[in-house]
Amino acid sequence: MNDFFQSEVFGIFLTLGVYFLAQKLYKRFSYFFLNPILITIGTIILILISLDIDYAVYNKGGKLISLFLSPAVVALAIPLNRQFKLIRKNSKAILFSMFSGSLAGILSVMLIAYLLGGSELTIISLAPKSVTTPIAMSISEQTGGLPSLTAVFVMIAGILGSIAGLPFLRLIGIKKPESIGLAVGTASHGLGTASLAAEGEQYTAYSGLALSLCGIITAGLTPLVLEWIMKWLR
Amino acid sequence: MEKHFFKNNKRLRKAFWERITTRMIKSLSILFGFVGLGEIIRLGLQLPIPGSIIGLLLLTLCLQLGILKEKDVKPSGKVLLKEMAFFFIPPGVGLMLYFDLIKSEWQAILGAIVLSSFCIMATVGFIHQKMDKSHE
Repeated sequence: MNDFFQSEVFGIFLTLGVYFLAQKLYKRFSYFFLNPILITIGTIILILISLDIDYAVYNKGGKLISLFLSPAVVALAIPLNRQFKLIRKNSKAILFSMFSGSLAGILSVMLIAYLLGGSELTIISLAPKSVTTPIAMSISEQTGGLPSLTAVFVMIAGILGSIAGLPFLRLIGIKKPESIGLAVGTASHGLGTASLAAEGEQYTAYSGLALSLCGIITAGLTPLVLEWIMKWLR
Repeated sequence: MEKHFFKNNKRLRKAFWERITTRMIKSLSILFGFVGLGEIIRLGLQLPIPGSIIGLLLLTLCLQLGILKEKDVKPSGKVLLKEMAFFFIPPGVGLMLYFDLIKSEWQAILGAIVLSSFCIMATVGFIHQKMDKSHE
């Protein structure tokens, strides 16, 4: 039995099995707080803790599952390729606002975390918090942060933007659907984009565009900004 | 849909599934190929950007230039994108290693994420609304 826990099969079986049951539960009751991913993560953590199994042991199999995040990032080329006609329409405004937004995001999150007493590890892991999870996690890994911690921060940013994004932007006088879409997509990636679905195609198309563009821009900017800002903060 | 079409034709149904399987394998190998290519370029040029991002840029370029068609990558690409959340579960479970860190720094974490998100939205919103001419 112990051999089973030590093998890769254990992690894969546990993840698939719990996810399958969580999805069934969600389909049966479909309350939004029964989000199958969150339920699965919580259940697996409880199982591991109660059986006293190390995360590293579980992750032998887990690694084989998260391996597929890389081709999923590459597959983002499919929506990006379709969104290209939007960029052509007004490329200067889009690219400049995306670049400024990404830079403002990295700088502000690091500075505020520093001022509020966050540790270096937290600050590094926070830097890519506004981009879509697979991209954020690979940035975090590349720059010496903790990818799973980054995944949590990305989730928080996504939930915040999907609840407060639209009201906040209307409050400060942003009215154009394109600008709202881009702003929400830059700050809150896919979750923000999904929250605009009820507003219309114009919002979500631009939000999706911001998701892919900012992911790429942030991947390029984060290592540079980190190197510069960490020298300055120390 | 498939049942409907090939209700009485086992041979056609089999051919249909074989074709889908072939396309899935082809598209998955293209996607992994771009992951590998991105990794090679990252290591070769010592770039600080993740290899998968380089792969994403190269694939977008190939699609834009028409070197590859969307249907070459779509079969498995669509599945990967749709079920992306599933692949986050193992790293999400990794959270159990950092409960103490989150508990001791939650004010800094929450404060930074909230303020920074508003900062981003204001920056992008104002700049884009000011520069965008498509409504005029």
